[in-house]
Amino acid sequence: MNPYLPYPARIDDIVVETEDGNLKTFRLVLENEEERSRWNHVPGQFAMLSIAGKGEIPIGIASSPTEKGHLLFTVNRAGVVTTALHKMNVGDPIGVRGPLGNGFPVDTELRGKNIVIIAGGFAFTTLRATLIYMLENRKDYGKITVVYGARTPGMLLYKDELKAWQERDDLDVHITVDREAPGWTGLVGFVPTIAGQVKPSPENGAALICGPPIMIKFTMPPLEEVGWTDDQVYLSLENRMKCGLGVCGHCNVGPVYVCKDGPVFTRAQVQKLPVEF
Amino acid sequence: MLPKADFQSWLKELSGQFDIFGPKENGKGSVDWQRLEGGELPDLAPGVPKGSIKTFFFPQPETLLEFSARPKQEDAFRLKEPKETDNPRLLVGVRPCDARSVVLNSMPYEQDPYFQRRRQSVVLVGFACSQGCSTCFCTWTGGSPVGTEGLDLMVFVLEEGLYVESVTEKGERLLEGASTQRQPNDSELQAVQKIRQSAPSGLPEAMEPAPRLKEKDLMALYNAPFWQELSDSCINCGTCTFLCPTCYCFDIQDETLKGKGRRIRYWDSCMFPLFTLHASGHNPRGEKVKRVRNRFMHKLKYFPERFGPLSCVGCGRCVRDCPVNIDIRQVMKELLAI
Repeated sequence: MNPYLPYPARIDDIVVETEDGNLKTFRLVLENEEERSRWNHVPGQFAMLSIAGKGEIPIGIASSPTEKGHLLFTVNRAGVVTTALHKMNVGDPIGVRGPLGNGFPVDTELRGKNIVIIAGGFAFTTLRATLIYMLENRKDYGKITVVYGARTPGMLLYKDELKAWQERDDLDVHITVDREAPGWTGLVGFVPTIAGQVKPSPENGAALICGPPIMIKFTMPPLEEVGWTDDQVYLSLENRMKCGLGVCGHCNVGPVYVCKDGPVFTRAQVQKLPVEF
Repeated sequence: MLPKADFQSWLKELSGQFDIFGPKENGKGSVDWQRLEGGELPDLAPGVPKGSIKTFFFPQPETLLEFSARPKQEDAFRLKEPKETDNPRLLVGVRPCDARSVVLNSMPYEQDPYFQRRRQSVVLVGFACSQGCSTCFCTWTGGSPVGTEGLDLMVFVLEEGLYVESVTEKGERLLEGASTQRQPNDSELQAVQKIRQSAPSGLPEAMEPAPRLKEKDLMALYNAPFWQELSDSCINCGTCTFLCPTCYCFDIQDETLKGKGRRIRYWDSCMFPLFTLHASGHNPRGEKVKRVRNRFMHKLKYFPERFGPLSCVGCGRCVRDCPVNIDIRQVMKELLAI
């Protein structure tokens, strides 16, 4: 078994998510039936997307394991490989190596808890996977609250699904944008501000927070104010990766490898690590 | 026991089965790993050759995968495993520290089929150290100048000839092929015993940092004030990572030429400023002190916490070749004092 050999896949669909065109969701289908039916992942895990001749990139799996037959990856155009990926078309070949990493503990620690999902910008991807998984297994979780914000309405991901989620009565969804925008009738304010207004109760709670470091920094005080502790908060770290297997040395944060021991860590674990991410 | 000439003819015979490599004067003023032909003996001055043997276990470049880059081909841009092309290899003249490095590297590379394939096929014939040099400190890291960890055969060089003992079954089978070997006599056995007993104590101030470092608080070591001054002189040249037998970080890149492509792995260095650079421009270890500290913390604290031993065999290459004289032994002492 060669962990460096990707599963062959094809691009089945491409959706441009954001108004600036920099974020696209790729629907991939694994070519080999055996690999396709054997695939199973935990929300929060990622995969290495492989473009022969360009390289590999670690991307969070945006689809829930309950969405069978295909995998969704929302990719931001940032460097060599992502730029090449953004130029690709439906039907083009691509490789998938994974699932990698540890994922959110949806079947263990998070069961039975009141879940608070807080996300900013395009960090929402693996939380989409998590949310859909939890909705498919609704009775296994308590109250579910979502606070998700982007700079402008056009930068929100999964806009159709956001609308549908807002209409459910088994979910408490707060979508916000940083500033007033024409045509936007929803909440206005930075994610930490809205989180502070929602004031989710920490009782039997678990908070899954994904976003730029600055957003996390400002989200913690309003949560701490109502009693949230560091071991109730789950973060997903990012770092430069190459092998994705905990060997090549690029992604280490002190003694842990973000690709192998993470990317999900509790805030309590992160506080004990050197700030090298 | 094998007289020198017989050892050589045994090697010559083995060269029909293996590509044989050993330390040899390379015409540029250093002794480094090269192909030995026709039963040549390795050059064995006290201490270690210039380079380590990691190149035989994770060579650079290593082709991980291949692909066709011709769009019209049916399997274009499909990554596939390359075909095996290397002949089996035998390394003769391996010092115990270098042999031990293979065992240590095997720990992070446990799931790596490329490394493990070479681990199975490369034969290691070690030469015990009857004396060290000023930069040797294998006993500090859990090793020994007469240690056999990682070796298939161990050789003690005596006046009368070479005393060879097998360490693994693979080694024993190869030794059976040395048809002119004879049993050692008592004085020869005594000579070997003498080396075994005296060699370790010939090294300066042996100490045991590993268990003591394990007990120390990680963040206390990380936040120690000496790192700044230590890293000031470092020029991030990467020599230490290049020569170190237990530095194993790598980069992966895709290359295409004339319709054929390959994904290759080659050595990378955490000493280089771009090692941790994100596509966004963010660089968690953009400052030199962070890189220098990370390398030593990895070798002396993070790796042992995960796998047990220090990620260092005390070969002294970094001490010998660092252009600004940074000494890992000094770092160990500083850390132990925290």
